[in-house]
Amino acid sequence: MTKALLEVRGLDVDYGAVRALRGVDLSVERGSVTAVLGANGAGKTTLLRALSGLLRPASGTIELDGRDLTRAAVERIVRLGVAHVPQSGGVITELTVAENLRLGGLWRGDRAALARRIDEMYALFPPLAERRSLPAATLSGGERQMLALARALTGSPRLLLVDEPSLGLAPRVVARLMAVLRRLCDEDGRTVLLVEQNARSALSIADRAIVLDLGAVVAAEPAATIAADDRLRHAYLGF
Amino acid sequence: MVRFINLTLAGITSGAVFAAVALALVLIWRATRVVNFAQGAMLMITTFIAWSVIDAGGSYWLALGAALASGLVLGAVVERVVVRPVENKPHLNAVIVTLGLFVVLQAAAGMIWGDTPHSYPPAFTIRGLSVAGTWLLLSPFDLFVIGAVAAVMVALTLLFVRTDLGLKLRAAAFAPEIARLQGVRVGRMLTLGWALAALVGSLAGVLVAPSVFVGPTQFDAMLVFGFTAAVIGGLDSPAGAVVGGLLLGCALSYVSGYVSSDLVTMGALAALITVLMVRPNGLFAASGGRRV
Amino acid sequence: MSIDSRALFRLTLVRHTCGAVAAIAVLYVLTTTAGPYRDLQIAQAAYLTCAVAGLTVLTGLGGQISLGHGAFMAVGAYTAALLIIHQGWPLAAVLAAATGATALTGAVVGAVAARLEGPYLAGATLAFAIGLPGLANYEPLIDLLGGQNGLAVPPPVPPAGLGAAFPLERWQAWIACLGAVLTLFLLANLTRGRFGRTLRAGRDDEIAAALAGLRVARLRIVATVVSAACAGLAGGLLALVATLAAPGAFPLALSLQLIAAIIIGGLGSLAGAVWGALILVFVPTWASDAASTSGLSHNIASNLPLAIYGLVLIAVTLAFPRGLQGGLRDLGGALRRRLPPPRLPTNPPGGADEATTDDAGARPDDRGGAGGRGERVRR
Repeated sequence: MTKALLEVRGLDVDYGAVRALRGVDLSVERGSVTAVLGANGAGKTTLLRALSGLLRPASGTIELDGRDLTRAAVERIVRLGVAHVPQSGGVITELTVAENLRLGGLWRGDRAALARRIDEMYALFPPLAERRSLPAATLSGGERQMLALARALTGSPRLLLVDEPSLGLAPRVVARLMAVLRRLCDEDGRTVLLVEQNARSALSIADRAIVLDLGAVVAAEPAATIAADDRLRHAYLGF
Repeated sequence: MVRFINLTLAGITSGAVFAAVALALVLIWRATRVVNFAQGAMLMITTFIAWSVIDAGGSYWLALGAALASGLVLGAVVERVVVRPVENKPHLNAVIVTLGLFVVLQAAAGMIWGDTPHSYPPAFTIRGLSVAGTWLLLSPFDLFVIGAVAAVMVALTLLFVRTDLGLKLRAAAFAPEIARLQGVRVGRMLTLGWALAALVGSLAGVLVAPSVFVGPTQFDAMLVFGFTAAVIGGLDSPAGAVVGGLLLGCALSYVSGYVSSDLVTMGALAALITVLMVRPNGLFAASGGRRV
Repeated sequence: MSIDSRALFRLTLVRHTCGAVAAIAVLYVLTTTAGPYRDLQIAQAAYLTCAVAGLTVLTGLGGQISLGHGAFMAVGAYTAALLIIHQGWPLAAVLAAATGATALTGAVVGAVAARLEGPYLAGATLAFAIGLPGLANYEPLIDLLGGQNGLAVPPPVPPAGLGAAFPLERWQAWIACLGAVLTLFLLANLTRGRFGRTLRAGRDDEIAAALAGLRVARLRIVATVVSAACAGLAGGLLALVATLAAPGAFPLALSLQLIAAIIIGGLGSLAGAVWGALILVFVPTWASDAASTSGLSHNIASNLPLAIYGLVLIAVTLAFPRGLQGGLRDLGGALRRRLPPPRLPTNPPGGADEATTDDAGARPDDRGGAGGRGERVRR
């Protein structure tokens, strides 16, 4: 079990006529939090969308646990245990909180286990329990982010891809979310790939981090090393 | 007063059928952002299939079953073969493709069954019921029409609200990309959505066939009525489609009874235009505003 | 207007005039050498050309679809029939009145339609196409409009100067062809100028056009009026050629055939409109010929043309998923030149997977797609 859970090699992704990622290498260790940092437009979201199959890479490989995912369909990637929490959550506002949660684990086809998982989520995020039968449209931004995370977790994913969970949230809420992500690794053994523009928060919980600039990796180091590197921080991370 | 009540009763009966056609259009619009201009032709084909079953000596109920089953299949095939490539493309593409399908199906029906309309039997007598010595414009068959449409509405509501499949169908319609990220096979859901819509449409075809007869162009007006009802309801809301269908059914029944039955289609046009002028996205639509 | 553009305008005008004169010459030769049956077909193609050309300006250049052009033709035909029967007006006045009355109808429809787009516009005009012919059966109007049987129109009498033996069909063909040439001449000049440019601008980007000071709504109304006027003339000519104005002559299928014709001819191209109209006349003839030689049943033969139009509509749209406007012009041109269609990037069928990436690379004039599901996800 020395090999990383996720291995990305030489990934090129085009977005329309623009090459959004060029030659990205990334490896994510089991049970760790890996942060993907970089400025707006650096290609962070494109990387996540390619990993979950929403975008087809032009070249390069993506392997999960030794299995090639490079050209797999989204639905198959989900079934291999990859959950993607898109930017600003992507909760389906027309559905209720409970329906959103159920949707995340339906693909497993085990109703009893799903009901158990949903109860666990209500315990983990009490505000969701209170609003379970309300439309998700009634939730605040932080609650939506919670719901999106909880929805991803009802499928018991091995790898959690989280896109900018801090976007538009109050610092206190962000800190809570980050703590939850860290706990998921430490206590449940899940693996998290966290895309953040808010580098300070992300580095506070990450084991390793990569920094993207204009679609290419400019640094891949332990989180502490990056946090201590003034040049990197000033040039790319804005703090 | 009796006349008004009778016209209202007749309006509810025809409104139930309009509601079914409207619902077929709404289900498809909601899932694929396509107005299915071939809906009238599709239900024409399935009604012809039912007519053939009866013509070959089959019972009314066997024919109804054949219509519903063929509707299910036709809807799925149409989505897979013709509509899938134009989803997410300019609106004009979808309009042209469904119109092309309309024309092809109409021509095919003419080739197979001929252009002369055929009569179609009702399931029960169409003689009006009598209450306290007054004849009502409501026959046992009318009650069957209303009951059948209501039953389908209830069944669909249960399917959409109470089942996992329904949840996946709604998720795929509301937010396809998010649904895919939850492992929903969105393509399959869209196909199923079209199949269900065509099933509802085929029911409407069989129910209305005794009064309009079965012929290649006999159901053209049903498309207009269904579209108008759907637009009144906001095009996005199944409940709105039902309300729109009943409203339109009554309105057209009054036009037919108090003015002239030849102005019914013009009446639908007037209703459609009025609604579109007041609320370009339909009376019951959440005001999303025009996209710019 | 600068000197250059004036010179250009004159040049275009001269070119169009030459074209019109040449067309008249060719048509003169054609009609005098053909028999009565061919003359009638030429007359049919000529009046359909008017309608198709009008529709292609509206849909191809203006980006507005109309499924109601068959109904506009009905307005023109009934106007002409009534004036001939009750007033005995001279031909030119009758046709002018048919055009004018339909233009007026077009103004009303256009005022409504300018606020609608996409499927709403298609649905409303569809209701118009199906509803309007029903007026002929409306009780108080039956005496005036003749109900289901319609109005029998006395055939136009060829002028005495042409000789007593001058065939009626040739005279009908001449009238219809003159109408078609005039229509094409006027439309060609109109679309070449400012009107055409602004119409295209409004189609390609409504917001940008509005920001540039164009009144898009008014422009669309004008386009509908022009387009309806052409259809009205077509209807008036139809009344003269068919010597009948009846609801059965204007079924929904007529409107859909006109749509098929503009798409076969290449959206927005006037030359294509002529080809489209020719196809509408000659495909049914070909089908019935084929039926009689190969022993097809009447049902199959009479529905074959419709099936062909429908299949063409579907095939063409599926072959050019990136947008009808440009692609169809290319295909229309290719069909006319009988060359294989140009290679365009096409989407494999069943390509829902590629949809997200496709949208990103969509061309700007694919704006209609913005209302698709992609947008709903991104909110």
